[in-house]
Amino acid sequence: MAGFLLRRLVNYVVLALVATFLAFTLASATFDPIGVLQQRNPPPPAASIEAKKRDLHLDQPIPQRFVTWMSGVVKGDFGQTIVDRPITEELGRRIGVSLRLFLLGITLGILFGVLLGVVSAIRQYKFSDYFATLFSFILLSTPVFVLGTLLKMGAQGLNDSIGSNVLIFVGEETPNFQGNWFEHLGDRLQHLIVPTLAIALGQIAYYSRYQRSSMLDVLGSDFLRTAQAKGLTRRKALMKHGLRTALIPMATLFAFGFGLLVVGGTFTERIFGWFGMGDWLVTGISAQDTNITATVTLFVAVCVLFSGWLADVLYAALDPRIRVN
Amino acid sequence: MTVILNEGDSAGTAGAASGSPVDAAPEPGKAMTRGRLVFIRFMRNKLALVGLGIIVLMYLLAFLGPLLTHWTYEDRDYTAFLEPPYADHIFGTDKIGTDMFALTMRGLQKSLLIGLLVALISTTVAAIVGATAGYFLGVADKALMWVVDLLLVLPSFLIIAILSPWFRGKSWWLLVLMLAAFQWMITARIVRGMTLTLKEREFVKAAKFMGQPARTIIAKHIVPNMASLLIIDATINVGSAVLAETGLSYFGFGVQSPDVSLGTLIGGNAESATTFPWLFLFPAGFLVVFVLAVNWVGDGLRDALDPTSTRVRKREKKDTKEKAA
Repeated sequence: MAGFLLRRLVNYVVLALVATFLAFTLASATFDPIGVLQQRNPPPPAASIEAKKRDLHLDQPIPQRFVTWMSGVVKGDFGQTIVDRPITEELGRRIGVSLRLFLLGITLGILFGVLLGVVSAIRQYKFSDYFATLFSFILLSTPVFVLGTLLKMGAQGLNDSIGSNVLIFVGEETPNFQGNWFEHLGDRLQHLIVPTLAIALGQIAYYSRYQRSSMLDVLGSDFLRTAQAKGLTRRKALMKHGLRTALIPMATLFAFGFGLLVVGGTFTERIFGWFGMGDWLVTGISAQDTNITATVTLFVAVCVLFSGWLADVLYAALDPRIRVN
Repeated sequence: MTVILNEGDSAGTAGAASGSPVDAAPEPGKAMTRGRLVFIRFMRNKLALVGLGIIVLMYLLAFLGPLLTHWTYEDRDYTAFLEPPYADHIFGTDKIGTDMFALTMRGLQKSLLIGLLVALISTTVAAIVGATAGYFLGVADKALMWVVDLLLVLPSFLIIAILSPWFRGKSWWLLVLMLAAFQWMITARIVRGMTLTLKEREFVKAAKFMGQPARTIIAKHIVPNMASLLIIDATINVGSAVLAETGLSYFGFGVQSPDVSLGTLIGGNAESATTFPWLFLFPAGFLVVFVLAVNWVGDGLRDALDPTSTRVRKREKKDTKEKAA
């Protein structure tokens, strides 16, 4: 099993490197930071443009630029933005902001998605099943940028009807907030609820659909009947034999689901004014900044890599056949 | 979102496609062709019918809708700025006095057109590449699998966003090609898997031993036997292409002005959604309802085309039981 997990890990690391190289190359080839600089009014002097070109290594061929950047990354230096600010300075804070959103979103999504899917499957064609199906169909058809804005409108309506700002939907904390640790936590929570909902609802819908169909497959299986025949209660048979088997195909979905989450997170961060990695990506591409774009890509790749690897570990934990081989 | 949905969902149809030569034979005594069977099953699914109705209506509205009002998207009504909906402007007006109905119709037209084109192109490419890779295996096959893996780490949204400065100011056809270029890969992987089983079948072997060239075998014997999968896939791809396009356009990475799409309308008006909701709600409503309809139709087609689909079988069993009683 250790061999299997190690092989997968090596595979993911190679993939992440190739993905980052690809993003770096594409960004270097399409971005034109000097053009952005020249459009400034008044136009900067030729000497400073030349200096900028040297700073950004634009005089080197692209593969060499990648090697330069990557050797910096290994030492913990992600390079400079085009306005000469070190990327490392902002990186930690932005990763924290994004991860908080992602981890909460995916935890809630998996927890409630699996629950909803299992309930739907067990009570197939009952009212609750139809309701859950309709709910997830509507949510899966609603892109995050629509859902997020709708939630914002809903929160505004709620705040207006209560008459106080209970749900705050701009930023991730109140700037210059004064108070003790506990009040800080409360302030963060107020900011957290609506964006987390925006990202978790889609995840719940996504996982519940798959969990429902994989649970339905298991419900009709012989081993579940056997388990009940030898005297287990239905609840126990469902939880111990049914759910565990039905969770196996779900493990593979986590890797897929995470890519979705990252893209969804970009919209969520922009809508709610969180300065996380997704927000940085949009800023970076708009400013045609290769280093920012490559750094965010590396972050995305590492996230997907980690969740993919975690999925493999889960897979091995849930499915004894993998462990034996 | 739906791109990822495809893999798990369509996996169930593998049986449908490989079993179709058998199904195609009419049952003795009854003039029941497979086509008729599928049609009857589809017609029985009320949600899918409603979805189909909505899709047809939306396409009609997108192209004929502009005739319903005397305003065009270029007109400015200097007597009405930011007016909520009323008789003359049924969807209200924006801050420069443009009729929102005319503008929404124009956006809808572009989004639906892009969705349809991307779906057609990507499904065609997926069929050709997947079948070829599965039939010949070898290097092409390895490359395909690897590219799909890579796309998991590097979401297509990110790649197209990075490339957006390059196609800015050029024709929207480039966007169509870009979207199609990243949408075919997961389907191609499913097609590949099905080709692997199909090419061991007698009729393919017979054709091979009769000396048919591989090109003919793929075009005449392999791809037609996956028609059900490809139809479902093309349908769902319309929805996911529309979602991908609107998502990119939301950030200004997709459709560029002077072109308008649902995404640019939603993105441009999301900020003012809480104060001027009609600017946001109409384009967003059209988008959600359209994607929802596509998902319903895709789901209905899957049930109708897939003989192993439990939902249809259970319903048919119920019907025959009721008839017997």
